[in-house]
Amino acid sequence: MGMEGIGAPVKRKEDRRFITGRGRYTDDIALKDMTYAWFVRSPHAHARIRSIDTSAARAAPGVVGVLTGADLAGDKIGGLICGWMIHSKDGSPMKAGAHPAIAAEVVKHVGDQVAVVIAETRNQARDAAELVVVDYEPLPAIVDPAKSRAAAAPQVHPEAPGNLIYNWGLGDEAATDAALAGAARIVTLDMRNNRLVPNAIEPRAAIGAYDPAEEHYTLYNTSQNPHVARLVLSAFVGVAPEHKLRVVAPDVGGGFGSKIFIYPEETVCLWASRRIGGRPVKWTADRSESFLVDAHGRDHVTHAEMAFDADNRILGLKVHTIANIGAYMSTFSSSVPTYLYATLLSGQYDIPAIYAEVDAVYTHTAPVDAYRGAGRPEATYVVERLMETAARELGVDPAELRRRNFVRSFPHQTPVIMAYDAGDYEAHLDAALKIADYAGFAARKAEAKARGKLRGIGFSCYIEACGIAPSQAVGSLGAGVGLWESAEVRVNPVGTVEVLTGCHSHGQGHETTYAQLVNERLGIPIDQISIVHGDTDKVQFGMGTYGSRSGAVGMSAVLKAIEKVEAKAKKIAAHLMEASEADIVIEGGELKVAGTDKSLPFFQVALAAYTAHNLPAGMEPGLKEGAFYDPTNFTFPAGTYICEVEIDPDTGKTEICSFVAVDDFGKIINPMIVEGQVHGGVTQGLGQALLENCVYDEESGQLITGSMMDYAMPRASDVPSYNVTTTETVCPGNPLGMKGCGEAGAIGSPPALINAITDAIGNNDLSMPATPEKVWRAIRAVA
Amino acid sequence: MYETTYHRPGSIAEAAAMLSKAADGKLLAGGQTLIPTMKQRLASPSDLVDIGGLAELQGITVGGGTVTIGAGTKHGEVAGSADVAAAIPALGALAEGIGDPHVRQMGTLGGSIANNDPAADYPAAVVGLGATVTTSKRTIAGDDFFTGMFETALDEGEIVTKVAFPVPAKAGYAKFPNPASRYAMVGVMVSKGTDGAVRVAVTGAGPCVFRVPAMEAALAANWSPAALDGIAVSAADLNADIHGSAEYRANLVTVMAKRAVAAAG
Ligand SMILES: Cc1cc2nc3c(=O)[nH]c(=O)nc-3n(C[C@H](O)[C@H](O)[C@H](O)COP(=O)(O)OP(=O)(O)OC[C@H]3O[C@@H](n4cnc5c(N)ncnc54)[C@H](O)[C@@H]3O)c2cc1C
Repeated sequence: MGMEGIGAPVKRKEDRRFITGRGRYTDDIALKDMTYAWFVRSPHAHARIRSIDTSAARAAPGVVGVLTGADLAGDKIGGLICGWMIHSKDGSPMKAGAHPAIAAEVVKHVGDQVAVVIAETRNQARDAAELVVVDYEPLPAIVDPAKSRAAAAPQVHPEAPGNLIYNWGLGDEAATDAALAGAARIVTLDMRNNRLVPNAIEPRAAIGAYDPAEEHYTLYNTSQNPHVARLVLSAFVGVAPEHKLRVVAPDVGGGFGSKIFIYPEETVCLWASRRIGGRPVKWTADRSESFLVDAHGRDHVTHAEMAFDADNRILGLKVHTIANIGAYMSTFSSSVPTYLYATLLSGQYDIPAIYAEVDAVYTHTAPVDAYRGAGRPEATYVVERLMETAARELGVDPAELRRRNFVRSFPHQTPVIMAYDAGDYEAHLDAALKIADYAGFAARKAEAKARGKLRGIGFSCYIEACGIAPSQAVGSLGAGVGLWESAEVRVNPVGTVEVLTGCHSHGQGHETTYAQLVNERLGIPIDQISIVHGDTDKVQFGMGTYGSRSGAVGMSAVLKAIEKVEAKAKKIAAHLMEASEADIVIEGGELKVAGTDKSLPFFQVALAAYTAHNLPAGMEPGLKEGAFYDPTNFTFPAGTYICEVEIDPDTGKTEICSFVAVDDFGKIINPMIVEGQVHGGVTQGLGQALLENCVYDEESGQLITGSMMDYAMPRASDVPSYNVTTTETVCPGNPLGMKGCGEAGAIGSPPALINAITDAIGNNDLSMPATPEKVWRAIRAVA
Repeated sequence: MYETTYHRPGSIAEAAAMLSKAADGKLLAGGQTLIPTMKQRLASPSDLVDIGGLAELQGITVGGGTVTIGAGTKHGEVAGSADVAAAIPALGALAEGIGDPHVRQMGTLGGSIANNDPAADYPAAVVGLGATVTTSKRTIAGDDFFTGMFETALDEGEIVTKVAFPVPAKAGYAKFPNPASRYAMVGVMVSKGTDGAVRVAVTGAGPCVFRVPAMEAALAANWSPAALDGIAVSAADLNADIHGSAEYRANLVTVMAKRAVAAAG
C-alpha cells in the first residue's frame, strides 16, 4: 500500500470545497434570464379536479406562465414510468396506473401537483400560485397498506382493482409448507417496517433550459444517475430527443436513493422552458415539499414463520409481505419489495426451503421507492428479529443459534436466487462478541439493575447484495436497464489523468477513492488526477450510483480502462527504450525495464503518445481508453452488529450504550471513507428503529409528520460513539475484490437495536420506531 | 414569506409607536418562532418592529433576592451566566436545554413567554418560580401571565421588558424532550421559596403551563421525591399527539416532578 493507493486512509479531496461552502449545487447555478417555478399542490389526499382557474395567477406581478396537466397532455408529454417489470404469480404483468407529471383529472396524494406557476422571482411564483383556483371534489382516501385491499377501500387507480399492483411469489411454496409441517418448533412474528422520509440535506432541485435555436435542452438536476434520467425523459416521457438533451448532476448533497428517480418536477421544468420560449426554469424544493413529494422508503407489513428442527436448525421460512407503493409507481419501486427484498431472506443461514409472497399495493400517499438499503433492510429485519425471537423461545443463546445455522461453504446457492460467493460469517460474529465483551454482559446488566435501569443486548447478522448485477440476470428478472458501468481514462500529454465515470458521487467520496485506484496502478499523485462525472455531455453513458455499486462495478470499469492504458504505455515505453514489451513494469510513476536501470517517467511516455514523433509502427497517437464492465454476480457484504441499550423504566426512554459493527466489505480502498459510510448508515438505521416515522392521518390522508417538528431525525446525541471494524474475505466476483459498504449500516442496525430493547424489557411485542411511550407500555404490559 | 416592512427602533417607546402605526405590525425579537412561521406563510405581518437589539431589553442583574432578566436576553446568555448559575441554577439549566446552540444564540426570554407555546420551557420557570413580568405598561404576576394556548395577558402592542425571578431556597427543573422538536413533551419546575412556599409548574403536558396543587401540598409537608409517589395529574385535560398520549404525559408529569425535586436537592 502506497501513501495514496488502495487501502490508504486518504483525506477526501472534495471536502475542501464542501467544508468551505464552495460546493456547486443545482440551486447555486444561475443562468441568464432564469425564471422560477412554484408548484400548486393538492391539499387533498384524493379528489377529483372539477376545474382550474388560472386567470388571476396569470395576471399577477412577474408571472411568465401558468401551466396545467391539460397543457402537458396537449403537448403529448408522456407519464412517468416504473422501469422494472414484475409479474404476478398468475403470470399477469404488474398493474401500473397512469403517472402524469401534473395531475389533470384526479389528485392521488397530498402534494400531488396540479399546476405550475413560472415567474421572474421565486416569491412572485409562490404568490401567484396562491391565486390559482382549483375546484376539488374531495374523495375518500386510503393510506394504510394493510387495509388497502379491503373490499370497501377507496380505489387509487382504475387499472389496479383492489389496489393490487402485483401478487408476486419467490421460492418453493410446497417445499416450505412441508418444512413447516415437519418442524419441531415454529417461530411466528408480525412486523411492520416503518415508513421513512429520506431527508437529504440538499432538497431536490432542477433547472430546465431550452435553446430554441438549437432545439436543444439542458437539465441541471439533483440526480444520482443523470444518464438514466436522460434516457427516461427522452425515450419514455418524450420531453426531448436523447441527442438533444444534456443532463448535468453537479454537486449533490446526499441522495440515499431519493435522487435516483425521475420525478415530475424536473420533467415539468424542461418542458416549461420550451413553453415559455426558452428562458430557463428553476425549481428548488423547500423542506415542506421534500416531506410531501420525495419518494419515501420502506412501509412493509409482514407476517413470517420460521421452522426449526429438534437440533435448532432452520428447516424453512415463509414470509408474506404487503408493500406500500404509494399513489404512483416511482422509477424502481416495483423491484424494491421483490428482487431486492425476498432474495435476501436466507440471511447468513443455510435454509433449505424459503417461500415469500408479496402484495404490492397502491395507497393515497407519496410514492415509495428505494431508500438506503432498499429491500435489504426490510429482509434483514424479518430474518434477524425472527432469529432473536427463536433464540428466546428455544431457550438458546442468540449468538449460538446463529452460529449453528451459518452458511459455511461457498459458493452457496440459496433457495431465493442468490448464490453467495464468499464470506466467513463466524469470523465477524466472533470478532464482534469479543469487542462487545459479550461475556461481561450479565455483570453489566446486574450493575444497571442496581441503578434502576433495564439493560439489554441485541444481535444482527446481516447479509446484503450490492452491485445489482449482472445485466443479463437483472434483465431476466424484469429490469428495464442493464446494470454495468462505464469508464474512460484520459491521460493528458503532461501525464496528468482524468477519469470519466458513469457513477455519480453525492457524498461517497469518489473523487478520492477513484484517484486512489489510479495512483495504485500508475503511481501518479492523486492531486494530478481528476474525476469527471455527472454530465451526459462528458461521460458517454453510465448507470449512476445506488445499491453500493460504485466500487465493485464502477471502479472495476475504471480498472479495465487503466489496464488498456497500461498496455499501450508499455508498448510505447518498450519502443522508446528498445526493450521487450514483456519486460516493462509500471512502478512508482515510472515505466521500467525489469532487471535494468532503464526507466522513463510516466509523463514522458504520455508526451510521446501525443507528440507521436516516435511511436511503434502503426500505433494510433494518444493515450485514452474506455471500458464497460458488467459484473458476473452480485457482491455480498455481511457482518455482525451488536447493540447494547439501557432503558429508563419510568419513561420508556432508550439510551444506546454501545454499538459494535464488524463488517466484511471485501477489499477496502479507503478505510476512513468506509468508516464514515458505516457511521452514516448505522445512524440512519438506528434513526429508523428509534425515532423516525412517517405518519399519514388515517381519515384525511394528511401527512402528519410534515416537518422536523414531528419527524424525528437522529441527532449526534441520540447515538453512541460507534465501535467499527472490518474482517475481510475477498470478493471473487470482481477484479478488485470489493463488496460495497454504502448501505450495510442502514441494513444491519435496526434489528440489532430492537432486539436489544426487547431483550431489556422482556417483551418481544414492539414495533419501530421504539418511541418512549411504546417501550413504556411494553414494559407495563409484562409487569 | 410575504413581503413585509422592516423597522429598527432605538427605544421601547419608539417601538411601541411604530407598532401602533402599523396596519398589522409585529414585534420581532430573536425571530426563532416568528420567522419560521412567516416563511411557512402562516403569519403575514405588514410590519416587523425589530426589538432584538434594544439595549433597554438586555442584561441580567442579581440583587435583593431577585434575578432580573431583560426580555431581549438570549437563552444562551442566561444559560452561560455565572450569576444565574449561582442564584438559581435550575433557571440556567432550563435555558441550556432550550433548542440547539443556534436557537439559544438568537431566541429571547421575552419572545418565548410572549409566544407562550404550550411546549416552551420558560413558562414553567415564570410560574414555577413565582416570577413577575414587567411590560411597557405595567407589571403582571407570573401566575396571571399565561392565559391559554399561545395566549397571554399582554394587550395589543404591549411589550415585555423584563422578568424578575425571586431567588428560591431550592429549585429544580426536569424536562422530557419531544424526540423530534426537542421542545418539552413535559417539563416540570419545582421550587421552595425562602418563605417555604412550594410551587410545581408543568409545561408541555397541557394546553398551557399549569400548577399541581396536590404535589405542592405534598412537597410542602415533605420535600423529597418520594413525597410525590402516587400523586398524578388527570390525563383528561392533557395534550395527545403522535409522540405521546395524554396518559403517557400524565405519567411523565409525576416522573419529571420527582426528578426535578431530586435535582433541586
Ligand atoms: C429549532 C428550534 C427549537 C426550539 N426549541 C425550543 C425548546 O426546546 N424550548 C423552548 O422553550 N423553545 C424552543 N424554541 C423556541 C425558541 O425558544 C424561541 O426563541 C422562542 O419561542 C421565541 O423567542 P424569539 O426571541 O425568537 O421570538 P420571536 O420569534 O422573534 O417572536 C415570537 C413572538 O413573540 C413576540 N414578541 C417577541 N418579543 C416580545 C416582547 N418583548 N414583548 C412582546 N412580544 C414579543 C413576537 O411579536 C412574536 O409574536 C425553539 C425554536 C426553534 C427554531
